[in-house]
Amino acid sequence: MTVQLTNEEQLVLDGSRGPGVAMAMRLVRRLGEAMGATELRPISGAHIDSCLYHGQSGLDFVNALVNGGAEVVVPTTLNVSSLDLLHPELFLGDEETRTSATALMDAYVALGCEPTWTCAPYQRTVRPTVGDDIAWAESNAIVFANSVLGARTHRYGDFIDIAAAVTGRVPNAGLHLTENRYASLVIDVSELSAELLATSAVFPMIGLLVGRSAGNDIPAVVGLPPTTTEDDLKALGAAGASSGSLAMFHAVGLTPEAPTLDAACGGHVPQHTITVSAADIRAARDELSQTTSTTLTSINLGTPHYSVSEIGKLHRAMTGKTVHESVAFYVSTGRDVLAEAGLRGWVAPLEAAGVTFVTDTCTYITPIVRDTTGVAMSDSAKWAYYAPGNIGVESIFASLGECVESAVAGRIIRDDRLWA
Amino acid sequence: MMRVPVRCIVSGTVSAPAIVLDEPVSFWGGFDAHSGRIIDQQHPQCGLSLTGAVVFMRSGRGSSSASSVLAEAVRLGTAPAAFVLQETDEILTLGALVAEEVYGTVTPIVIAGDLTDIEPGQTVTIDGDTLTL
Repeated sequence: MTVQLTNEEQLVLDGSRGPGVAMAMRLVRRLGEAMGATELRPISGAHIDSCLYHGQSGLDFVNALVNGGAEVVVPTTLNVSSLDLLHPELFLGDEETRTSATALMDAYVALGCEPTWTCAPYQRTVRPTVGDDIAWAESNAIVFANSVLGARTHRYGDFIDIAAAVTGRVPNAGLHLTENRYASLVIDVSELSAELLATSAVFPMIGLLVGRSAGNDIPAVVGLPPTTTEDDLKALGAAGASSGSLAMFHAVGLTPEAPTLDAACGGHVPQHTITVSAADIRAARDELSQTTSTTLTSINLGTPHYSVSEIGKLHRAMTGKTVHESVAFYVSTGRDVLAEAGLRGWVAPLEAAGVTFVTDTCTYITPIVRDTTGVAMSDSAKWAYYAPGNIGVESIFASLGECVESAVAGRIIRDDRLWA
Repeated sequence: MMRVPVRCIVSGTVSAPAIVLDEPVSFWGGFDAHSGRIIDQQHPQCGLSLTGAVVFMRSGRGSSSASSVLAEAVRLGTAPAAFVLQETDEILTLGALVAEEVYGTVTPIVIAGDLTDIEPGQTVTIDGDTLTL
């Protein structure tokens, strides 16, 4: 398949904007060929995941862009990095990594990206809306943009994100096309009790099951209550993008492209329906709760980055309580969200109660957790899923209530009634 | 010798032993670029080295940082020699394309049907859009 370029795109490919943008255009075109596109499509924004340090290759790549004279041509936000620039003392890694990670972050800012340093760019005041074509990387942000905002991004990864931002183009393919955004699979959660569906912790568990079942299909989730919040859908999507390669889901009656099941499926008959039972939810929870140690050493909230409303919820849950001295309690969030929560008077009391706020990064991708022996609890399925491999902890997925009770008591407390 | 037509995503030539993954592995979080091994403790083949192998995997999986991890593995010489997938995976594709741009090393990626007869360790040759067993 050949991608037909416009005259302007061809000039860029030939070097009119310098060798950096020419390389980016080669990548966009070759990805377009892999995706079966015949032309490129303009975008109105980008979100970059390539700013997280994974090794020298990321620096080699961005230096080729910077030295080749590239600059972004659309508003572009930056995902989490390896460092917390507001609280640099939290980073427990080596100086070499700190130096390289800083160089990588500086290079992306030099390309004209906004130093937002958050994996939840959809929690900013200005965000894409229904029908906007964008190039977002970071799996949870991709799911949220497509599903909850109704904006259109394919499942972009490192490198293509910034290549799209400096060329202003993506392949005209994948989830940018209406016909590829319909559901072909139904996940029915209506058998779950109203009580269970009123618990935030059920959403990441539904997400795990959705991600595992969907493959590359787009699922339509039916039976979610009208009280479902954006935070709930965020948790569902993030979990689904961890257990599988979920890039979009419809929540019938809740998300913009799914006023009805029929609309979500584009009038097609879905291939099959999977019914989720309370036992499935319980099994998903148990799978993310397998530990050999019984000593609680840390609590890790905010993956994806906590929203203002989630910090408010934590503030209410922690009122009058103090974190036990044997437990480190981390909340990862965006710097903009932390500032807003501070204005609402929630940050100082939480810090006084023993909570450590982490910005610009996240506790499962970089060495911050000070004691990685024992058990780490999280209200994030994504955190519980990836942290053992990334930072060598044993993890338990739990509700916010369980995390708070455990942190205060200094030992793991489960509320099995929640999951009955 | 059996020749199988495949859809070429990243074109190149390679001949190497096959590794067949029971489940897709997420390269970010599930694979260590320094050792070349699977580190996802929930993966049935956790600990297996993928270095230099033609990796048969149903699809890509998980985080969009997988491109970086693959490019880094190529730089360190721990990457698989090639991938045979059943569905296009843009994230692994990008990792391979960038490693080719920056380091000049080609990691072919092809799409094939369900090749259930592959024996682990048997030599697989990929040449553009042809796969030979």
